[in-house]
Amino acid sequence: MSLSAAYVALLTGVLVWAVLVRKLRARPWEQLSASETSALGAARMPPAKVGLWIFLAVVSSLFALFMTAYSMRMGHGHAQDMHDWHPVSEPGVLWLNSGMLVLGSIAMQWARMNVARGERKRTHDSLLIGGLLTLTFLAGQLYAWRELQVAVGFTPQEPALAFFYVLTAVHGAHLLGGLVVWARTLIRMRHKDTELIDIRLSIDLCAVYWHYLLLVWLVLFTLLLAT
Amino acid sequence: MSFVAIADRDHEHALHDPQTFVRKYIWSQDHKVIAVQYGIVAICIGLVALVMSVLMRLQLGFPHVFSLIDPNDYYQYITMHGMIMVIYLLTALFLGGFGNYLIPLMCGSRDMVFPYMNMLSFWFYLLAVLILVVGFFVPGGPTGAGWTLYPPQSILPGTPGASWGIICMLASLAVFIVAFTMGGLNYVTTVLQARCRGMTLMRMPLTVWGIFMASILGLLAFPALFVSAIMMTLDALVGTSFFLPAISSMGKTMPHTGGSPLLFQHLFWFFGHPEVYIVALPAFGIVSDLLSTHARRNIFGYRMMVWAILAIGCLSFVVWAHHMYVSGMNPYFGFFFATTTLIIAVPTAIKVYNWVLTVWRGDVHLTLPMLFALGFIFTFVNGGLTGLFLGNVTVDVPLSGTYFVVAHFHMVMGVSPILVVFGAIYHWYPKITGRMLNETLGRIHFWCTFLGTYAIYLPMHYMGILGVPRRYYAYSSAIDFIPPSVQTANRWITISALFVASVQMVFLFNLVWSYFRGKPAGGNPWKSTTLEWQTTDTPPKHGNWGKDLPVVHRWAYDYSVPGAPDDFIPQNVPVDAHAPASHDSGKHT
Repeated sequence: MSLSAAYVALLTGVLVWAVLVRKLRARPWEQLSASETSALGAARMPPAKVGLWIFLAVVSSLFALFMTAYSMRMGHGHAQDMHDWHPVSEPGVLWLNSGMLVLGSIAMQWARMNVARGERKRTHDSLLIGGLLTLTFLAGQLYAWRELQVAVGFTPQEPALAFFYVLTAVHGAHLLGGLVVWARTLIRMRHKDTELIDIRLSIDLCAVYWHYLLLVWLVLFTLLLAT
Repeated sequence: MSFVAIADRDHEHALHDPQTFVRKYIWSQDHKVIAVQYGIVAICIGLVALVMSVLMRLQLGFPHVFSLIDPNDYYQYITMHGMIMVIYLLTALFLGGFGNYLIPLMCGSRDMVFPYMNMLSFWFYLLAVLILVVGFFVPGGPTGAGWTLYPPQSILPGTPGASWGIICMLASLAVFIVAFTMGGLNYVTTVLQARCRGMTLMRMPLTVWGIFMASILGLLAFPALFVSAIMMTLDALVGTSFFLPAISSMGKTMPHTGGSPLLFQHLFWFFGHPEVYIVALPAFGIVSDLLSTHARRNIFGYRMMVWAILAIGCLSFVVWAHHMYVSGMNPYFGFFFATTTLIIAVPTAIKVYNWVLTVWRGDVHLTLPMLFALGFIFTFVNGGLTGLFLGNVTVDVPLSGTYFVVAHFHMVMGVSPILVVFGAIYHWYPKITGRMLNETLGRIHFWCTFLGTYAIYLPMHYMGILGVPRRYYAYSSAIDFIPPSVQTANRWITISALFVASVQMVFLFNLVWSYFRGKPAGGNPWKSTTLEWQTTDTPPKHGNWGKDLPVVHRWAYDYSVPGAPDDFIPQNVPVDAHAPASHDSGKHT
C-alpha cells in the first residue's frame, strides 16, 4: 500500500500547495471593496478541462492501487512457502503496440496543434490517424493475449499471468472510453455546420487523455517487463 | 475581460429552458430533482436495512420466541444491513442528496457543471441499488460474508450467498462506484469552477467544504474498492488466486494457489477508513451550519474548521490498518497506525471544541435542527471516546470481536450521521418543499430517537466489556462466561430498537403529511445568511436564480452583527450603513 499512500500524499501536497496555502490565509469575516468582490469567484478554465484533470487523478488512484496490489501479491508469491509467482515472458508484439500508442499520442498532439492553427483538413486527418493507431494498439493487445494463450495456455491460477490480463484489460478499457469521445468528436467534425472552434476543447482534452494513457501504459509495461 | 461566472454564460441558460414532465422529474438534469431522487431511493433502501436490523434484534432478544430467521438469514442480514447503511444510504444521501441540492445553491450557481453526467450518476446509483436487491432473489440469496466481504470465506461454499449473492454485491458496488465517480467529478468541479461572483473558497459555508472534501476522498478511495471488487469477482468466477490461498473447502481441495486474503483487507480498508470520513465530513459541515444558524452566532474558528476538514481528509488515508490489528500483521504497523489514529483525533477534537464554543453564550433557539445538531455533538463525543480505546492495539485486540465494537461503530458512524441527516432534513425541507415540517411530530421524533439509541447502544458497551462476542446468531448456555444479565440486556436492546424503528414511521409520516398540509415556510424561515435561502422562489425553479446570479459580499456567518437591524445579514447583502461589516477584529477566529 506504500505506493498508494505515497501517491495520495503527493496529491495532498499538491492540493495543499495549489489551493489552500494561498487562499486559506484570507480572513473571510473582513469586508472587501465592491471592485475587489467583483473580481472574486471561480477560475475561468473550462469546467470540462478541470473535470478531466480530476478524472485523471481518479484513474491514477485506480492504477496505483492495481500496481500496489501487483507488488504485494508478487511479494506474497515469492514468500518462503509459496513460490507460486512465475514471471510472464511478455510477447514481443507489446513493443510494436507501444510504438503504435506513442504514434497515436503524437498524432493527437498534431491534431491539437492543427486545430489551434485553424487547419480543418489537417485536424481531421491527424485526429483520424490518432484514433486508428489506437485501434491498432488495442488489436495488438488482443493479439498479445492470444500469443500468451498459445504459449502458456490460460491458467488463471498463475497470478503473474492473471495480473497481465487484468492490467492490460483495464488500460484497454480506458482507451476504449477515450475512443468513444474520439468518435463523437470525429462525427461532429464531419458535419459541415460545425465550426472548428466548437470542437477545439474536445480535441484538446482527447490529446491530454491520450498522453496520460500513454504514460500509464509505459509505466505498466515497464513494471511487467521488470518483474 | 471582465469576470463572467461560468454558470452565467449563455450556453448555461439553454440548459434551463422549461421542460416536459418527463424531462423535469424523471430524466431530469436539474440538480434539485436529482437530489430528491437520490434522497428517496436512499431512504427506501435504508428502510429495507432497518427492517433487517429489527429482524436480527428479534432473534437476539427473543431467540426462543420468534423463529423468523435462521442462521443463514442472520448473516445475510448483517451483511446487507451494514453495506446498505454505510454505502447506499449514508454515502448516497450525504453526497448524492445533500451534495446535489446544496452545492449549486450555496455556491450561487445555476446547476452542476455537468448536468447530463449528474443525471447519469443517479440512474447508475439506482441500477446499483436494483442489482443489490436482485441479490435477495438469486439462488442462495444475498451474500452473508459480513459487510467487509473478507475472502476466502466470502466466496467459498458454506458462506450464505457464496455463489450468486457475492457476485451481485460486487457488481452492485462496481456500478455504485461508477455512479459516485460521475457525481463526485461534478461536485468537485462545480465547487472549483462554478461559484458566483464574490464567493471565494473561504467564504463558502462549511457544509460545502465538508461535501467538497468528502467528494475528493471518495474519488480517491473508491478505486480501492473497485480494484478489490474486480479481483474478487475474478477469483470467484474465473478461478484466479489474487486473494484465495491454497485451501480445502468442504473436504475438497480448491484449485487456487497462494493468494493473499490480507491483500484484500488492505485494499478494503484503504477504501473503508476514508469512507468513514466520506460520511463524517459532510455531517461535520452541515452541523457547523446548523449550530451557527440556530445559535444566531458566527461559527467559532472558521479558518480552523476548514483546516481541520482538510487535515482529517488527508490523515484519513493513513489510518486504515487500525481496522486490522487482529489480522496478524506486523506489530510495528500496529504502532504506526495507532499513532496516526490518535493524531487524527486532534483536528476532530478541534471541531468539537469549536462547535461547543459556537453555541456557548449564543442566542440558542432550540429548533428541531438545533436539537438534532446538539444530539449529534453529544453522540459523536461518546462514540469518539470509545474510538480512542479501540485505536490502541492492546485494548483493541481483546475488544475487537465483541459488542464493544458494535456499540462504538453505531454511535460514531450510525447514530451520529443519522442525527445530522435528520437535522438537515428538518432544516432544508422548507426550502425543498416550501413547507415546514410539523414541530410536535418532530420533537417526538427527536427525543424518542435520541434517547432510544442510547437505550440500544449503551448496554452494548457493557456487553462488549464482558466479552460477549458479536456476529453470533444465538448464545448457547455452554458459553459460561456470559452471565444471564446479558440476555436481559439483549431483550431491553431489542425492545428499544423496535421502539426507535417505529418512531421513524412518525418521521416518514411527517415528511408526507407536511408536504401537503405543512405550514407555508416562506423564503427564509430560519433567517439564515447562506445563499440557498436568498432565492427568488421557494422551492427554487430551474436555474435557481432567475435572471441574475447573486453576488456575494460577505462570509456565511454574519449573525448577531453589532449595529445591524436584524440578527443576520445574508451573504449577498452589500456592505453599507445598514448592513455593516462584522467581526473585523477577528476575535472569533
